[in-house]
Amino acid sequence: MSDPATPDGFSVSRRSFLKSFGASAAVAATAQLESVAQELQKANAENVVGPGTVPITLNVNGKPLKLEVEPRVTLLEALRNHSPLTGSKEVCDRATCGACTVLIDNEPIYSCSKLAIDSQGKAITTIEGLSQDGKLSKVQEAFISEDALMCGYCTPGFVMSVTALLRRVPQPSADEVRHSCSGNLCRCGTYPRIMHAAMKAAGVASTSKTEVIPYAKLA
Amino acid sequence: MPSWPEERKYIGSHATRIDAPAKVSGAAKYPSDVQPQNWLYGMILRSKWAKAKVTKINLDPALKVPGIKAAVLAPAVSERGNDVTLRYYGEEIAGVAGTSKQACLDALRAIEVEANELPYVVREDDAKADDAARVWDEAPNLSRANVRQQGDDLDKAFGECAAVVEGFFTTPVQIHHPLETHGNTVSVTDDGVTCWASTQGITSVQQDLATGLKVPQNQVRVITEFMGGGFGAKFGPGVEGVIAGLLSKQARAPVKLMLTRFDQALAVGNRPSSFQKMKLGATSDGKLHAFSMDNYGTAGIGAGASSAGGGGGAGLRAPYIYHIPNFRVSQQTVAVNAGSSRSFRAPGCPPASFGMEGIMDELAVKMGIDPLEFRINNDPFEIRQKEYKFGAEKFGWKEKYKKPGSSPGPIKTGVGLACASWGGGGQGTQAEAEIHSDGSIEIRCGTQDLGTGTKTLIALIASDLLGLTPDQITVRVGDTQYPPSGGSGGSTTAASVSPAIYDTCTKALAELQQQSGVADARGANWKDACKKLGPNPLVVHGRWQQGLSSSNTGGVQFAEVEVDTDTGFVKVKKVVVVQDGGLIVSKLTCESQLNGGVIMGIGYALYEERYMDKTSGVLLNPNFETYKLTGLADVPEIEVYFLDMPERGVIGIGEPATIPTAAAIGNAVANALGVRVYSIPITPQRVLAALGKDKASA
Repeated sequence: MSDPATPDGFSVSRRSFLKSFGASAAVAATAQLESVAQELQKANAENVVGPGTVPITLNVNGKPLKLEVEPRVTLLEALRNHSPLTGSKEVCDRATCGACTVLIDNEPIYSCSKLAIDSQGKAITTIEGLSQDGKLSKVQEAFISEDALMCGYCTPGFVMSVTALLRRVPQPSADEVRHSCSGNLCRCGTYPRIMHAAMKAAGVASTSKTEVIPYAKLA
Repeated sequence: MPSWPEERKYIGSHATRIDAPAKVSGAAKYPSDVQPQNWLYGMILRSKWAKAKVTKINLDPALKVPGIKAAVLAPAVSERGNDVTLRYYGEEIAGVAGTSKQACLDALRAIEVEANELPYVVREDDAKADDAARVWDEAPNLSRANVRQQGDDLDKAFGECAAVVEGFFTTPVQIHHPLETHGNTVSVTDDGVTCWASTQGITSVQQDLATGLKVPQNQVRVITEFMGGGFGAKFGPGVEGVIAGLLSKQARAPVKLMLTRFDQALAVGNRPSSFQKMKLGATSDGKLHAFSMDNYGTAGIGAGASSAGGGGGAGLRAPYIYHIPNFRVSQQTVAVNAGSSRSFRAPGCPPASFGMEGIMDELAVKMGIDPLEFRINNDPFEIRQKEYKFGAEKFGWKEKYKKPGSSPGPIKTGVGLACASWGGGGQGTQAEAEIHSDGSIEIRCGTQDLGTGTKTLIALIASDLLGLTPDQITVRVGDTQYPPSGGSGGSTTAASVSPAIYDTCTKALAELQQQSGVADARGANWKDACKKLGPNPLVVHGRWQQGLSSSNTGGVQFAEVEVDTDTGFVKVKKVVVVQDGGLIVSKLTCESQLNGGVIMGIGYALYEERYMDKTSGVLLNPNFETYKLTGLADVPEIEVYFLDMPERGVIGIGEPATIPTAAAIGNAVANALGVRVYSIPITPQRVLAALGKDKASA
């Protein structure tokens, strides 16, 4: 069951929508809409692909990735299920958690909510593409040194969001970090360390509020 | 008696997590990432009814879907033959495996299931009623009461009190929601079974998968190199693991079956709810004297099965950490048609803390005693006594604590505190070290690292004992081919694994010194000593020893909140954590655990609640747009003070930090408003209702 909110596979096709719309609206309006729909259908006819697999080429981390996937396959599914690039994670599969975040032309995008076929012709960067010549990026290094991860499943998404922010705003405020990561969720609770990591990568000082106190010294 | 070295270079240091580079680069392969050759995608068909008698299941249409290679019934369904009753929305019916997720989606739609819907009940209060639909025919929904009491005459004891308060505190069903869903990649061949499991217990997966697939345990290998969180819900392969195995067997190919986020919310565990009716009294000297509690909660359908035997799945620790001479505690579990509960980070404690610490504050206020003083006066645990005083100073309690409701203006500030108690001991782990003539060393242990830092802990301990650096040591965990360690639950892992690594390294060093003739093979002499080993590596086995770890932690937390009395919105401004443990092995990962506990506690206090629809029996908020988790912008300033007590040895601290947070926030909200919100999550609606501003819920 992918979506219990629609247990019967309920969906509205354009035709049934027009039909039901027609039942409650003026016949003339329906006729007009029908002709619009026909025009649209004609215009789209040459672009119809699927429902079977189609060849697509994605530009991922500077390399062409040639795949045969159905048009309904998302970018995330194409990466995780049809290529070895499993760094982007599937967590919610509906644009609420950010674990699947990739950069498309430097913009952070939820790859679970974009079709692979629509992602062609753009520069896609995944977590695997951040290191240069085997050297981790400064954001990745900061996540390591600040321990901005625990189980690590949300980590690729956060790294991508922070990376996108720092490319746009090299020295962000704490609020800008909060805003840029507002589309990412972590269940282990690494947020304070993520904040430190983002600031460290930006070269902005921030201090940890942890102290180890010898018990014997307590009153 | 063994003891930790006095000179510690890496143990207790700020050394970074050894698997962090793999996790930040996408190189870490989780069970959901592995791609064995010819792997197939797997999915599960679940009940769309809250309760129904199945009349027909036909898998054949699924097998006709292009790309589908296997379709099987869920084990419980196939075992019951023609007598299948589905008991909750989301119960497993069948599984399919195919060459793509899309093929599986089509196949799930193609499976024909017909059933007669039966009466059901999904809310605790409804399920308690005498005429409620029964979840299980053979037993009432409400279990027999589990009663504990102390003292001869409770009424008399309440009569002796100078003040008595009553309250009805409720806590919701909370869902674990680890970010990597439950699931496995399973390969069944004639030679045996390999399972990449997202689990907290590789050995329990091995055992249950062997049973489920009817193969000897020694033919099942379970691998968990990384896993994306568990929080108590991930022991055993689950129904989904057995289904994946059956699918793999039928398709003769590996099957990756990870649950969807929806599946995760429905079927693989949650924290039981609680409805705590409490009464607490103290004598004029401010000492707790009498307590009563009637509590019930639901553990889903699981409660019904246990209620037949009079037990219960939703019991709490009561009267929590306090020693009260006279009390009566009565607890019941009520079954509803919803997924079963499972252990969840500090089982039974966060709800107990929310209720008990809440009524403690009510009583303190009624008696005109500062809640901090009231606890110091009644808490029996010596370490916590010091933690209250130390934490209060760091937090500025004396300056910040004001009479409830006295904060001026529409946005009111308030402070509150609460305490924790947990075990954190562990034992039984075995490990081995393999040392080669080139000086390379591998340490293997059949534990698993849930993101808690277990691998790092092993590397730091080995480094100090062998005089090496963490990058010289290869740490391998998460494989049933390594010496066994047991499941990672109850904060037992650190205390169980650390002594085994100590023992292994100590013995390996002694053996190396003996074989090489080098008197001290540590540090600078390591390579020279190893060179004398010859072609066969030195393999040394070790096990947990007494005296290097212990248990029993306290912990106190202070919270400061701002409550907008016009909108009902609660903002946590600051949390101060004072936590004792034992010897700190890994400072960074220890701090991360404490932060994480607080942040999960904030979610429990303010946002998280499973919501069942009584008219359809459906879980209404299965994904994160409606089941709200704490986000980065919700996180307050968190100050952590960790009390170092190396003489106690290693103690696990994953759980205590999440216990008192919701209670401290609840008390802070009550302090801000001057009226209490008795139910978590403390939503804006509940705040407004408590203020008499929300007519809808008045």
